[in-house]
Amino acid sequence: MIDLLASRGYFLVAFLLMGVGTYMLIGSPNLIKKVIGMNVFQTGIFLFFITSAFVEGASPPLLSAPAPYVSPLPHVLILTAIVVGVSLTAVALGLIVRIYDEYGSLREGEIREVAADE
Amino acid sequence: MSSLPALLVALPLLGSTLAFLAGLLRRQSGWPVALVTAALQVVGAGVLASRAFDSTVSYVVGGFTAPFGIELVVDGLSATMALLVAVVSLAVLAYSRVAGPRSNAFYAVYLLLVAGLTGMSITGDVFNMYVFLEITGLAAYALVASGEGGRSARAALKYLIVGTVGASLFLLGIGYAFVATGTLNMADLSTQLAAVGYTEPLVQAAFALLVVGLFVKVAVFPLHAWQPDAYAGAPDSVSALISALVSTVAAYALIRIVFTVFTVEFLQANPAARSLLVAGAVVSIVFGSVLAVSQSEIKKMLAYSSVSQFGLIVGAAAVANETALIGATVHLVGHAVMKGGLFLTAGLIATATGARTVDDYEGLIQRLPLGAGTFGLLALAMVGVPPAVGFVGKWYIALGAVEASAWPLAVVILLSTLLTLAYFARILERMFFRDAGEEPRSPTSRTASDADRDGVSLGMAGVVVAAAIAAVVLGTLAFEYGQLLEPTVEALL
Repeated sequence: MIDLLASRGYFLVAFLLMGVGTYMLIGSPNLIKKVIGMNVFQTGIFLFFITSAFVEGASPPLLSAPAPYVSPLPHVLILTAIVVGVSLTAVALGLIVRIYDEYGSLREGEIREVAADE
Repeated sequence: MSSLPALLVALPLLGSTLAFLAGLLRRQSGWPVALVTAALQVVGAGVLASRAFDSTVSYVVGGFTAPFGIELVVDGLSATMALLVAVVSLAVLAYSRVAGPRSNAFYAVYLLLVAGLTGMSITGDVFNMYVFLEITGLAAYALVASGEGGRSARAALKYLIVGTVGASLFLLGIGYAFVATGTLNMADLSTQLAAVGYTEPLVQAAFALLVVGLFVKVAVFPLHAWQPDAYAGAPDSVSALISALVSTVAAYALIRIVFTVFTVEFLQANPAARSLLVAGAVVSIVFGSVLAVSQSEIKKMLAYSSVSQFGLIVGAAAVANETALIGATVHLVGHAVMKGGLFLTAGLIATATGARTVDDYEGLIQRLPLGAGTFGLLALAMVGVPPAVGFVGKWYIALGAVEASAWPLAVVILLSTLLTLAYFARILERMFFRDAGEEPRSPTSRTASDADRDGVSLGMAGVVVAAAIAAVVLGTLAFEYGQLLEPTVEALL
């Protein structure tokens, strides 16, 4: 059991990160922190992919290194996913700047009050 | 011209860049660039569709052979979606010349959305589909935010956060499927997943994550929360474009994932998987309609109506026989035309009279016969009055449910027609059978953006009337189209 957990530690951390991210996303009233939560959630998924590529005792996927190799594909996929994540963060922060200009607050409840008064 | 599928994605991307660059030289030069791109896109999608119905067209990107590289696969269903995306985007473009946001950045993002949607429709690789899903999402968030004021920014941020969680779940599902099989190609995945075993927990979890992720994007109740705000907060042309295409292509992706990647055998081996789809469908149809009835703002009502209509599509996927899937495709196309048309008509009515709530529509037939007439026609088509396209789609789906003896679902599908009538009858009655009260309370119901508009242009009226005519004409063509689609659906099942 302990062995299993030790060898699967990375998966455990990956899902812990997803949980923490989701909690921040839902629980925090601050818009910036929601976006940070979203990033943490995505990081958990990235870690899950990268961990799945690992092969015990394997070398990096370079022709000069001896076989067996770790799988290079998840790294490539996650590189793309990271780019997507960065663009999402940029758009989200851009929107938050506009919301702050409009309502003068970053807290969800206060924004809702100001919007209801309009 | 064997590289046509790739060109279909590359063309709007190129147009998007050009529209942005043209803006550096001259302001408000984005529309002609976007128009040329969208027109070429319609031609390309048309040529592709004329070939894809006979035999599947596939294209290997970059010369890496199929299971390793990215493959674009176009069958009848994908070609239908690609053509729908091209035609609807061209029509909304014609509408947005006067009505819409006119900046070059808007048209650049507009074409980016077209590229993402087309890519989702024709890709044969699950990770590639995720990337296009995110491109579509990013463009849609930016378009929703192109409205003025804080409301559209808040709606866009909510859409972004919920949409990202959905797409991330989709990505996690891809991760599970990849860990189980080591491949990302859809055709290859379906054989590899069968080899792994459909009752493996890893495969089941992959299905659940992929489907729930797409449920968010399709806006199935209770994961629909982003959708009414986004549709209501966006400018009129954007609401029409997004309501007609984004959820539609996400629903196409759902059908693709369920039937091409996981196949019907998976549904048969896992009754719980089918129950997930049935539950999503029933809850969406019923609660979407109930919430639509209780709305006072027209655009929100139309948005909740979409939640309920997409319940029908998910229901058809749960039934999983030939008739139901043809019905799902017909209804996807029909819903895009009718709902896009309804949003555009609502925009036209708001531009002409300032009416944006259900009460403002009282006696509209006297004030704006064109708007009231097309709105009424499209609403009746949506309810499913023959011979409109709304009838044909629902008829096929209901028939499929009866053929499969899925009685509870069949009852809900038939009930959905009544529920649709429930929310449209409110408006029809106010528009046609009541006298106009005092002028609508314009200062409160008009948003700031209405004031600086030039009123109703010929393009706006033309597109709205064309949508209403298309809703009826497509209905008469739908049975023939169903026969045309049969080989594709047979291959899918």
